[in-house]
Amino acid sequence: MKEHVYDCTYLSEEDFETEQVLFETWVPQARYAWDAGIAIGRYLAELKAGRLVGVHCPSCGRILVPPRMFCQDCFVSTDGFVPLQDTGTVITFSICHIRWDMVRLEHPLIPAVIAIDGASPGMGILHLLGEVDPKAVRIGMRVQAVWKPPEEREGAITDIRYFKPLE
Amino acid sequence: MARNRVAIVGAGMTKFVRRAQETAKELAWEAASKALESCEMTLADIDAVVIGSAPEAFDGVHMKSEYLSDGCGGWGKPIIRGFVGGGTGVFSAIQGWYHIASGLFDTVLVVCEEKMSSCQPHPQGAFITIFDNITERALGPNLLWIFALEMNAYMTRYGLSKRDIALVAVKNKRNAADHPAALLGDPNITVEDVLNSEVLAWPVQRLDVSPISDGAVAIVMAAEHVARRVTNKPVWVEGVGWNLDTAYWTNRDLSYPTYVEEAARMAYKMAGITEPRKQIHIAEPYDPFDYKELHHLEGLLLFDKGKASEATALGITQRDGDLPVCPSGGLLGVGNPISAAALMKVAELFWQLREEAGARQVPGQPKRGVAQAWGDLMQVGTVIVLGV
Repeated sequence: MKEHVYDCTYLSEEDFETEQVLFETWVPQARYAWDAGIAIGRYLAELKAGRLVGVHCPSCGRILVPPRMFCQDCFVSTDGFVPLQDTGTVITFSICHIRWDMVRLEHPLIPAVIAIDGASPGMGILHLLGEVDPKAVRIGMRVQAVWKPPEEREGAITDIRYFKPLE
Repeated sequence: MARNRVAIVGAGMTKFVRRAQETAKELAWEAASKALESCEMTLADIDAVVIGSAPEAFDGVHMKSEYLSDGCGGWGKPIIRGFVGGGTGVFSAIQGWYHIASGLFDTVLVVCEEKMSSCQPHPQGAFITIFDNITERALGPNLLWIFALEMNAYMTRYGLSKRDIALVAVKNKRNAADHPAALLGDPNITVEDVLNSEVLAWPVQRLDVSPISDGAVAIVMAAEHVARRVTNKPVWVEGVGWNLDTAYWTNRDLSYPTYVEEAARMAYKMAGITEPRKQIHIAEPYDPFDYKELHHLEGLLLFDKGKASEATALGITQRDGDLPVCPSGGLLGVGNPISAAALMKVAELFWQLREEAGARQVPGQPKRGVAQAWGDLMQVGTVIVLGV
């Protein structure tokens, strides 16, 4: 089957490092001003006030988080915001040693999906874990949000610094 | 619904490499010309062109299908570009199928190209924007997070070890040693090599992941009356399916790909497959990470939930096993130029079912195979069943 493979011309890392290859570079000025939207707008406002909220679906009865204007399962309008606790359970996690550009981090980040108390089972959000030995993190671990002080909050998911173990 | 029968009659590809000197357009031409040559057709014989290419951010070129169209033979013809992230390669073949099955065209050239090396300093930068722009990107995520989170959920649910999963990387990289287009074939790799490789985002280590690659793959598809004239070994498209799960990925059970099962059920139904474990002879599930092969084999209903690793350990998924899986070497071994990698899986079934796969040939005259790809925000499954 070799005859069906075009043996294209390949370059080594060194060819690039020594600039044996002609480059054109372009730095995009990618600036966007996003509207947070109806549901997430309220979510962010509540975060600024130090609260987590979900929404209720009148059709399936679930409490969903992150909040959404409509339940994607039932495709009906959700009918109201519901206060949630700022505690939850780790559904899954990773211990990440690299940045997006593969530069190694001095201290690993621990991203996790956390099911929030007060929402329906399995309703997780993405956040980080902190104040914990990475080796001690387990699926099923109980955690609580660590909030920024009120004057530092800006209406963003990062108003919660991270979640820490409950005990 | 009456549908015209569709066959794949030709396939070609470029070598998969870390960095190609060719532009994306040149790579597309290399693969397209090889595919046409393989079935002794010319561009004049082609009615329409399907182009597959994943994120535009890799190339930094907007409207990428227009940019690629000349290299894909699309000039002066009806062209379409479908895009479902990593699922694109198999989805492009599905689009080629319905172009012909519908009766609209007799011949379609499907070209999938990806050049990831242009994106500096690392193509992962192109992926950051798949996370929710307001609730997730502020946390500084990178693409490995979602794989690591899913892999951990899968391992924990079924009590699997890193060693159980590393066997997949070893198998595929060894298989790839026999592929003339492979980037990372290694006949001598061991489980220890995988387990000792750099930890990126635990549980994901360096050798659990497929490499960044440049490359292109093309296939020629034809209606039955053309296919029988062009070749005495047409490979028929027996079934297709695709399915998308919710983008609220943190609300899903990450240990099982329901969307792959739905896509597989759609394809199997069309193919008249009632017992996939008996009726499928080769599988090319999507394996950008070693655990994904296991995850997808279960979604494809080829093994019980949580049992694909046991089958791997028993050698069932080896090239000479009862169900050869990724005899090509997969993304882990041949390489992962996103959309091209998934169409490579379709091309592999084409060569295997025609018994033209050379050193990679699966024994026992296989009659039917399934290829599957996966993508978007861990949410799309695309499935195609081919047979002779």
